Amino acid sequence: MAAIEMKNIVKRYGDGFPAVNDVSIDVADGEFVILVGPSGCGKSTLLRMIVGLEDITEGEMVIGGKVVNDLAPRERNLAMVFQNYALYPHLSVYENIAFPLRLAKADDKTVDEKVREASRTLELDEHLERKPGNLSGGQRQRVAMGRAIVRDADAFLFDEPLSNLDAKLRGQMRSEISRLQKKLGITTVYVTHDQTEAMTLGDRVAVLKRGLLQQLATPRELYGNPGNLFVAGFIGSPPMNFLPATVTGTSVELPFGTVEISPEKAERAADKGLLIAGIRPEAFEDASVVDPSRKGSTFRATVDVVEWLGNEAYAYIPFEAPPEVREQLEQLERDLDGEALRTQLVVGLDGSSTIAEGDEAEIWVDTSKMHLFDPATGENLTVDRANAGEISQAATGRPAD
Amino acid sequence: MRQKIGTVIGCALILAWCLLPVAWIISLSFKSQTAITNGSPGFLPASGDSAGWQNYQDVLDNDQFRRAIINSVGISLIATALSVIIATLAAYAIARLEFQGKKFVLTTALAIAMFPVVSLVGPLFDMWRTFGLYDTWPGLIIPYMSFTLPLAIWTLSAFFREIPWEMEQAAQVDGATSWQAFRKVIVPLAAPGVFTAAILTFFFAWNDFVFGISLTSTERARPIPAALSFFVGSDPFNRPASLLAAGAVVSTIPIIVIVLIFQRKIVAGLTSGAVKG
Repeated sequence: MAAIEMKNIVKRYGDGFPAVNDVSIDVADGEFVILVGPSGCGKSTLLRMIVGLEDITEGEMVIGGKVVNDLAPRERNLAMVFQNYALYPHLSVYENIAFPLRLAKADDKTVDEKVREASRTLELDEHLERKPGNLSGGQRQRVAMGRAIVRDADAFLFDEPLSNLDAKLRGQMRSEISRLQKKLGITTVYVTHDQTEAMTLGDRVAVLKRGLLQQLATPRELYGNPGNLFVAGFIGSPPMNFLPATVTGTSVELPFGTVEISPEKAERAADKGLLIAGIRPEAFEDASVVDPSRKGSTFRATVDVVEWLGNEAYAYIPFEAPPEVREQLEQLERDLDGEALRTQLVVGLDGSSTIAEGDEAEIWVDTSKMHLFDPATGENLTVDRANAGEISQAATGRPAD
Repeated sequence: MRQKIGTVIGCALILAWCLLPVAWIISLSFKSQTAITNGSPGFLPASGDSAGWQNYQDVLDNDQFRRAIINSVGISLIATALSVIIATLAAYAIARLEFQGKKFVLTTALAIAMFPVVSLVGPLFDMWRTFGLYDTWPGLIIPYMSFTLPLAIWTLSAFFREIPWEMEQAAQVDGATSWQAFRKVIVPLAAPGVFTAAILTFFFAWNDFVFGISLTSTERARPIPAALSFFVGSDPFNRPASLLAAGAVVSTIPIIVIVLIFQRKIVAGLTSGAVKG
């Protein structure tokens, strides 16, 4: 058991490119922290620096109060589960799990006790004598976890452990990992690009982009109070809608009409000219099914496509964005590994809504959940800092840089 | 069905083509010397022509031959062991490390392997005489190693490249030193490659004739192929064909044994299951 402190960690490769740039994250003892971001954001590099498979260019890595920058992986007493499991195919499941203990020269009795205990926890008892080659993906995954939990490691590190499993198994293993971590109460750092895993598993989530830490907060804080445009677009599915907006007094002019916001939000966004408004799909609703007592604004728009999913529906409403905003949104899409398609509004509707394709519908929007972003810097102007965890200062610079 | 019959016939033809000389050698080795001198055309010895195990008995009783077997086994095994050990380490470095002159090492190795053996015999003969390596075991082990190392390095580095690097990293995280990770994880996984290299090296050393005959002069280091060619019975004008046949058969046996032992180890796809597959 140990806390992991990353202090201004930098990883620069031979060509001078910083894969990880000045990242500081404190992982408390027993905490489950997720590193998440699109591919190439440096999350795996950061994890490999914690475990010692990558050298640290600058900064300090402190595990359990000890600076480990110059220690070899085997001296750090960490357990890691690799993306492709990295099981030893020439050894049986039993010997795979026992491998770290054998290296530590544990006697046979201790080895047997610990391996049996780990296999019981992971329900691998009937597979102990088999070779990894004969196991299914989920079983291999469990063997890899067994190899990690069998030692009394100071922390667990997971490098996208579920990305090779099919969707159903992934869900099962996700809850399995969560249960195991709670039971063992061990410090865990988990790398993923899957936001479902990030949201469901983590005590706190660190969002990275191009080697820079964007925001470190609980899943709830990230979702409700994204620090900048990137985090707002990355967290949530379907993603947050971004619309051009101009604030005059307490009213915000959107492509579909004008809505009212609270005075304190309006004050923070005053005199900034053209802004980007971020509204999550579920903040919208079919005006005809909304209780009239709920506060909000309504507007009329022609619905292009409706996807009905049973309990809910999504309506798509295309709109034209001015060039400044469009450029920023295209850049955002590139950062998110996506491709800029048409600018359209995704509206979440109740399953009972009867809006059909081609209808001109009256849409209600809960403006208290609207965020306003500065198009130049991507900064969230209306963020509630008390409930947003840590927003990295470095990340509020212009994302296009 | 027709295709199956075709396959069977094809295999039978190839087998007959390959094994007929072997069968004939075996047949000869069971005939008596006089029967061969007088002409004995049948595959099976005619009545009264059979020598039984006498030829084998004579061969094994022959000091010169026994000595040659010891030389061959010793030299081949030592050359194989050294070659495989050095090739394993070299191939690992080539597969894993980025260093200057990596390409140079690989191409030089290949160039050496392409050198005609005969062209080196003369210089080696002179050199070994000066160094005092002429007619010694090391005098043969060294050329065998240098000719088999390139092939072994190429084979093994291909095997090492196929082993996911994560395996080694996982071992290091699990608490292994680099050497432990290499010995306990990488080498077992590369075992098929190691055995392939071992077989190739052993073949080369065992079957070599040119070095064997040129770099030795006495029984001190002369290997079997050379010894067989010098194997003259009591009458230099009438070489003991049946004894030679028995000697040839005996000298084939170690090769067969080695192949059978190593073949079990050459199981393709040993790494399956290491990673998602």
